[in-house]
Amino acid sequence: MSQIAAVEPPPEESPTCTSYLDAGHTLVSWLTTTDHKRIGILYAIAITLFFFIAGFAIGLARLELMSPRGMLLTDEGYNRLFTLHGIVMVWFFLVPSIPATFGNFLIPLMIGARDVAFPRLNLLSWYIYLIGAGFTCYAIVAGGVDTGWTFYTPFSSLYANGNVVAAAAGVFVAGFSSIATGVNLITTTHMLRAPGMGWFRLPLFVWAIYATSLVMVLATPVLAMTLLLIVAERLFHLPVFNPHEGGDPILFQHLFWFYSHPAVYIMVLPAMGVISEVFSCFARRRVFGYVMMIYALLGIAIIGFFVWGHHMFVAGQSQYASLVFSFLSFMVAVPSAIKVFNWTATLYRGSISFEAPMIYAMGFLGLFTIGGLTGLFVASIPIDVHVTDTYFVVAHFHFIMVGGTVSAFFAALHFWWPKITGKLYSEAWARFAAIIMFLGFNTTFLPQFIMGYGGMPRRYHVYPQEFQVYHVISSMGALVLFAAYTLPLVYLGWSLFYGKRAGPNPWGATGLEWQTPSPPPEHNFDEIPRVDAPPYNYHPEKEEAFEPQGRS
Amino acid sequence: MIDGATVLRFPWPSVERQRLGVAFGMWTFLASEILFFGGLFLSYAVYRSLYPQAFAVASHATSMFYGTINTALLLTSSFVMTLALHASKKRARALVVSCLLLTAAFGLAFLAVKGLEYAEDIDKGLIPGPGFTLEPDTTRLFFALYWVMTGIHAIHLAIGVALVVYLGAALLSERMATESPAVEATSLYWHFVDSIWLVLYALIYLPGRHAP
Repeated sequence: MSQIAAVEPPPEESPTCTSYLDAGHTLVSWLTTTDHKRIGILYAIAITLFFFIAGFAIGLARLELMSPRGMLLTDEGYNRLFTLHGIVMVWFFLVPSIPATFGNFLIPLMIGARDVAFPRLNLLSWYIYLIGAGFTCYAIVAGGVDTGWTFYTPFSSLYANGNVVAAAAGVFVAGFSSIATGVNLITTTHMLRAPGMGWFRLPLFVWAIYATSLVMVLATPVLAMTLLLIVAERLFHLPVFNPHEGGDPILFQHLFWFYSHPAVYIMVLPAMGVISEVFSCFARRRVFGYVMMIYALLGIAIIGFFVWGHHMFVAGQSQYASLVFSFLSFMVAVPSAIKVFNWTATLYRGSISFEAPMIYAMGFLGLFTIGGLTGLFVASIPIDVHVTDTYFVVAHFHFIMVGGTVSAFFAALHFWWPKITGKLYSEAWARFAAIIMFLGFNTTFLPQFIMGYGGMPRRYHVYPQEFQVYHVISSMGALVLFAAYTLPLVYLGWSLFYGKRAGPNPWGATGLEWQTPSPPPEHNFDEIPRVDAPPYNYHPEKEEAFEPQGRS
Repeated sequence: MIDGATVLRFPWPSVERQRLGVAFGMWTFLASEILFFGGLFLSYAVYRSLYPQAFAVASHATSMFYGTINTALLLTSSFVMTLALHASKKRARALVVSCLLLTAAFGLAFLAVKGLEYAEDIDKGLIPGPGFTLEPDTTRLFFALYWVMTGIHAIHLAIGVALVVYLGAALLSERMATESPAVEATSLYWHFVDSIWLVLYALIYLPGRHAP
């Protein structure tokens, strides 16, 4: 059911518009652009930088952990490194990763719009993100922070001697960028869909970004307020969380996790959207249970708001509260499992081809499933009490956030790279990178489950000898992982200059974004398309001769 | 008919659609703002339920006089803002501009009164810290939240004044069409800031006032 009354007239330029990449080659033309596609690329460049900064930090920390009596770093230095890793990775890479890059680039293309609803706000949110990053970089350069990425009070507000204020200000400001992007994408999805593009004809990626945007808009401000209160407490000695003055540090945890648990879904919902697109394309089948997949996305987004207390089982909340939060946390498993089962059913009897994006997506499926199942462990109170603040938890959330989100990010990067750049990359190298990423990831994080269950606490760099073997395996895995993350820089960079032309639809995929040239013209479509069929309209029986062009 | 050439912006297909979209976007943003203040309201609720006596004592130390004047000022500003919106729909440019400037004047008056109140609070030693005068100790929690909540509200209002003045100036110099959707968006924001003040008024000035 379309809500759009009239088909938009074509833009003033001639119908043979230049591509968005050729619309201007100067730096100024990029830094003042309001084109959603260019802004997506600006985000991509910025988050890549932060990904490697945060990765470098944890690389050093992993090196330190190779020996049980680390000699490389001081205690203080180690604390500051893992804090830097957490803050930058979570807030400047994972949260904006898929929504701000691929969401920006693809949502208008996928719904048949010329741009997002508020193009200038879109550019502004990139600059706000950079300002936030500036504060955080200042905090790093000025000596770092030692609170962990969670800023727990009263340590952060009273005792920490790092640059808590600058770091918190950075995260606070970046939050506004997140909210602005969320408002923009929600409004775009509601208001700018092409004629015929009803809600139940939207690709699942659009639904996923929509659900994510709802979470961003409703959860981020609570974090912003919490950080503001910490800053007020440090700068002006307002006693909000200070137990000596009657304040309640547990209140901080409630407020913090009210954002930071849903933040996990900000990271993983877009990933789920990507996986649905990739699976259906390379299995050449409709997504199994399309409508159910939508309700599952929304269900995860909604239930995700009511589970924050499972971070506080040992923090001193009432046992009844713990029981309720435990129950609700198990509830999230239901829609998550629906998604996994439906992806599996999508693959069942599909005509599968293992292109690089598909291998990344398969990796996602395995890693997300392990992360999700161990989530059940930590949702149940007795096991959580045993493994709280151990490497078991570290491994669990890395499986979701890195195994899930980052795998999906790479799947998206490889799937839409030909659309974004108009070039094909080396399939062989891409498949190789995807496979060693999966192997490197498991080598890094599987041992952490074992040592965590055995009692190795997180955030310690001096530990009993018995854990050394796991730490060494884990550090070696991290090295492999580093190679797997660096490889795409090389072959994707190579493809920019020497890659073959991609053509509009190298994968033979459905979806409006594949109906416009690659790279897309400045205004996306010469004529706004009219949608008259459900999504994922694959008919493999009619396409027996199909051979993806990306195959090398 | 509305003059589409001046109102319609890229990438909207029609003026009506754009008007809907701008209002929709603003409502979405305001939902986010409600949760922003929600964190503070929750903290207030927790501490008031823990320390009801202290909160009643602290509330008595605030200035009911300034608070009530400010409430009246903001409610009037909202009324004038609504007049501006109606005038904008009737494309009465001069009336819109004067209503907007009047709205900004009421907003500035609020900030001035708030400044007087802050000065008095500082005189009375109501800033949590070494010079804090009130007993018991937990009244500090009330005043910590008082400063943060009213401070953030004042920042919101100052942004509102800037927006209204910008809008008025843009309309006066005819850089913007009288019936621009920006008028509605700004008015929504303005009413939101006023509504937050109504909640703050009840939270800050009224607790325990029925008792001596």
